[in-house]
Amino acid sequence: MRTLAKLTLVEMKLFIREPVTMFFTFVLPLLFLFVMGGVFGTLSRGDFGGFRGLPAMDFYTPAYIALVLASVGVVGLPVHLTSYKERGVLRRFRASSLSSWRVFGAQGLVSLATASVGGILILVAAVLSFHVSLPDNPLLVFVAFLVSALGFASLGILLGAILPNSRAAQGVGLVLFFIMLILGGAGPPREVMTHAMRVAGDFTPLQHSVILLQDAWLGLGWNWTEFGIMAGILVVSLTTATFVIRRNS
Amino acid sequence: MTDSSIPIPSKVIRVEDLRKSYRDVVAVDGVSFEVSSGEIFGLLGPNGAGKTTIVECLQGLRHPTSGTIRVLGLDPFKNPGALRRRIGSQLQDSELPQRIKVWEALDLFSSITRGVNGWKRLMKQWDLAGKANASFSSLSGGQRQRLFIALALVNHPEVVFLDEMTTGLDPVARHVAWDLIKEMRASGTTVVLVTHFMDEAEELCDRLAIVDNGKIVALDSPGGLTTKFANNVRVAFSCSANDISWLRDIAQVKKVTRMGTTIEVEGTGAVVPLVAAALVNHGIVPDDLRVKRPSLEDVFLTITGHRIEG
Repeated sequence: MRTLAKLTLVEMKLFIREPVTMFFTFVLPLLFLFVMGGVFGTLSRGDFGGFRGLPAMDFYTPAYIALVLASVGVVGLPVHLTSYKERGVLRRFRASSLSSWRVFGAQGLVSLATASVGGILILVAAVLSFHVSLPDNPLLVFVAFLVSALGFASLGILLGAILPNSRAAQGVGLVLFFIMLILGGAGPPREVMTHAMRVAGDFTPLQHSVILLQDAWLGLGWNWTEFGIMAGILVVSLTTATFVIRRNS
Repeated sequence: MTDSSIPIPSKVIRVEDLRKSYRDVVAVDGVSFEVSSGEIFGLLGPNGAGKTTIVECLQGLRHPTSGTIRVLGLDPFKNPGALRRRIGSQLQDSELPQRIKVWEALDLFSSITRGVNGWKRLMKQWDLAGKANASFSSLSGGQRQRLFIALALVNHPEVVFLDEMTTGLDPVARHVAWDLIKEMRASGTTVVLVTHFMDEAEELCDRLAIVDNGKIVALDSPGGLTTKFANNVRVAFSCSANDISWLRDIAQVKKVTRMGTTIEVEGTGAVVPLVAAALVNHGIVPDDLRVKRPSLEDVFLTITGHRIEG
């Protein structure tokens, strides 16, 4: 436990020292928020057929919080872990009985912490700038946030375990990130998409995390289906990652 | 060495018929040896000979294809956690996170083993105190190497594995490192040293296994190896005398070659004093008489038929 705590602290410092990940986690989603807010922020309910019939920024705020989680999971974590793998850092740690699992666990905790900070930044910016309504049920929003964050973190650990090097991780991570951004509910609203785009969007984890968070946030009830999908991603990713890591060590 | 099925407590490491293959490539091909407590044991051989694979199996970082390994009485693959707390490792081709600071790495690694402190002393000992706040990526090759050795020692290990420890160190740092290794032995730590440097093996190792193509081709003390496999001593000196055929009358002399004014005599046993005495008897007193004792390089060449480098 003591070592995990120390490792988590060190990993946290390393995260702060890495400008690119800082940008993707904290700045980019905020940028999207302000751009979308600038474009749609003045629309009120019913002006436009999209946004699930909600005010635009009520729709986008939970979506961008989910985007932070997705960015940490599919870009930050895999790039970090594969660079550890290719540079022999994991092997060095393992030789001193710092197991890969401890490293991945510490990374998971760091992701959770940074995603929380990123999420709170979005929330504060949205409330102050666009008068977005606060979560209808904070506890449900918290649970939705937690399962989404852990789901994306597990996906990131899985990608980190499978992908051979950091260049591959960067490529795969960015492609996934932008596909999710465009089709997964954080870009154009579903209502204006073609059928094919919607089907593709349904295959992105982000879409499910966005709906789960929106429903809890806006008082539309607890969406068990989306919760199940995110929990499923969590369990399947972790199980597969365990298998891959075991086989490689 | 084959009758070692009964564990002997003073043997810190026991390896029996270790084999490791990757698909159809045999990296380690039936290796057996023992390392006693408190000795510096060397694995010497060219790159790709299988030395690193042997050590990685001992550290539990690789699963041997077959064979028995006991390190401090433990099976490295079945008890990696218990073992790694008691050993220290300096690995080849491994790095630390780019932006981790020197003190953070030492602090983190020392936190792994309970009740261990003194990383600050190690930081001074290995001349890293001035770099405590430097990030790993900003360190020079030598500084990185010193940090890795300090990290290997941070948990006060009973056995230390050093894989190509002095690669990247400048000559001064190398000698400092050698002195510190000798100090380690003096304090009772067992050291397994992997190297392709002959002088390092000769200087440090109590016993030495010469590894070539995944096999141990010879195992003895450095002195024992040179006596056994390369006992030819060469004596060279300047001499302007034309007739030196009387040198061939000395029984121990095997070969006399002349290159300009330089004469080289090759022989065995007590050839050096006998040649010197004969020279004096013939009124030849060269002031540049040099003796070339056989080195591990010659041993390696004799055994394997090729040189260690290249």
